[in-house]
Amino acid sequence: MEERFDCIIVGAGPSGTTAALRLAREGLNVAVFERGKPGAKNMFGGVLYSTILDKLIPGFWKEAPVERHVIRKRFSLLSSDSEAAFDLCFNAFDRPPFNNSFTVLRARFDRWYSEKAEEAGAVIVTGANVEDFIVEDGAIRGVKAGMEGGLVRADCVICAEGVNSLLAEKAGLKKKPAPESMTLGVKEIISLPKETIEDRFSLEDGQGAAFDFFGAALGGAVGSGFIYTNRDTLSVGIGCPISVLKEKGLRPNDLIEGFKAHPSVGRYLRGGKMEEFSAHMIPEGGYRAIPGLVRDGLMLVGDSAGLLNPSIFREGTNLAMASGLFAAETVIEARKKGDFSAKTLGDYVERLKGSFVIKDLKRYRGVPTAITSIPGLFGEEPEAILDFLKGHFTVSEKSKDEIHSELKKAFRDRVSMKRLFLELYRASKILR
Amino acid sequence: MEKKTLPEKLFLLSFKVDRTSHLILDKEACMRCPESERACLWICPSEVYKWDAEKRDIIVSYEGCLECGTCRIACPSGALEWRNPRGGFGVAYRFG
Ligand SMILES: Cc1cc2nc3c(=O)[nH]c(=O)nc-3n(C[C@H](O)[C@H](O)[C@H](O)COP(=O)(O)OP(=O)(O)OC[C@H]3O[C@@H](n4cnc5c(N)ncnc54)[C@H](O)[C@@H]3O)c2cc1C
Ligand code: SF4
Ligand code: SF4
Repeated sequence: MEERFDCIIVGAGPSGTTAALRLAREGLNVAVFERGKPGAKNMFGGVLYSTILDKLIPGFWKEAPVERHVIRKRFSLLSSDSEAAFDLCFNAFDRPPFNNSFTVLRARFDRWYSEKAEEAGAVIVTGANVEDFIVEDGAIRGVKAGMEGGLVRADCVICAEGVNSLLAEKAGLKKKPAPESMTLGVKEIISLPKETIEDRFSLEDGQGAAFDFFGAALGGAVGSGFIYTNRDTLSVGIGCPISVLKEKGLRPNDLIEGFKAHPSVGRYLRGGKMEEFSAHMIPEGGYRAIPGLVRDGLMLVGDSAGLLNPSIFREGTNLAMASGLFAAETVIEARKKGDFSAKTLGDYVERLKGSFVIKDLKRYRGVPTAITSIPGLFGEEPEAILDFLKGHFTVSEKSKDEIHSELKKAFRDRVSMKRLFLELYRASKILR
Repeated sequence: MEKKTLPEKLFLLSFKVDRTSHLILDKEACMRCPESERACLWICPSEVYKWDAEKRDIIVSYEGCLECGTCRIACPSGALEWRNPRGGFGVAYRFG
């Protein structure tokens, strides 16, 4: 290995690889240290948001291992045995650039993307776990990887280690995150014939669907479930804040089993074969949980910097790629000046602030606290709402007047209207 | 859909197991952790931590760790030293 690089990047996820690709194209001597094989450690729900990627590799979907482009979105409110859903289908998303939304499987996508950076000239070192930084006069000047010859120097380091931000903590930029700011995602890959998926989800060849389930998806606990369509598999999973798992004594495997057992979920999985089980955290602390982002010789990007939009959009990959790109552009400027101090690297933070990354995080800054302040919407309220609707549509010989006064009374006895409106108001901040 | 138990689910995965654990507990501190707060015992998606009632000890089956990091975030004390497995070791997803 070279003894010295212009820049070392820790982690070959979307943020790190984007930085590597940009720097390598600029002709810089850049290395990526990845503890596994690119992609092998990574799981996500399923939709890659590709605005930045399409700029770097125009028409990438023609060669990248994408599964399907998302034209259908469905938001569903579950009670313990019923469902109310809002189903959207945008046929305009069936044309390039496909609304920049593609389902992907990370083990395949990350590997492809990393190969692109390698082709551009980046050195990808796999099986290399970075344990610490080289620090000189208070500045980060390289990495210490747990391997032979693992002490490698660079003018600066981009930390793209993802949600388990051990290095960012070592660098003093953040503390161990609080359970309230982290959500655990557990997912299963379930295979089905391609045609079955298309028939079941009303899709044509190549089209995809993203179904999100709220309300009683986790049997009454705060959290949600999802089904995303891949080519010949489904990504099926749940997300639950760690603070909720902790307080309620919940077992994640029970939650995903309960979700799949709901009749409105199970019908999509019928006849499927389980291929994989996985777990990964989502940094959902939002704007207020963003750590320090730079110090002399170091920048944090992607999940390690908490750059994820925790609202209904749940965008992470595009924020990761944008931050990787901004960090790379900052390195290019810093190199011209020959100065990698925190002051010069602070330009990275300005770029983030001027972009959708920080603007969106700021807009949704109330979301992390809102989610755990609306427990009724995951418990009694969906039960009462769906019982009301069920009563409304139940065929009987009672007069509609009679039915309605009964239903209204039953509803008011179960749910405080004041609390319901307050919770709906809070929830609207997550949805808008 | 056929139901699988957690061990059956883990059997689907490929792990390269290191000789030593990347999850290190300060057992003395754990014994001071009140039973109702031993989140590691229920919060792990892979059920790596199990209470051995006979030995009155926590058994750590690090071989099946999915490296999600949840136990580290949930542990109320500093008793749990969480590292990444050595480079090239641990879980490798085929889909992800
Ligand atoms: C359940 C779930 C659902 C999600 N759904 C979506 C979605 O639908 N759409 C979306 O856009 N986003 C989604 N996200 C978020 C998205 O996955 C992340 O925001 C994104 O992957 C962050 O990219 P990253 O490059 O910062 O980190 P990662 O993708 O986590 O990459 C970090 C890399 O660094 C490596 N690494 C870590 N530490 C070291 C070290 N010390 N030495 C060497 N290598 C190291 C890791 O092995 C890994 O390859 C979801 C996340 C989860 C968990
Ligand atoms: S939660 Fe932490 S302190 Fe408590 S038993 Fe588990 S590892 Fe030990
Ligand atoms: S990192 Fe995740 S899978 Fe591994 S022991 Fe901790 S909670 Fe369990």
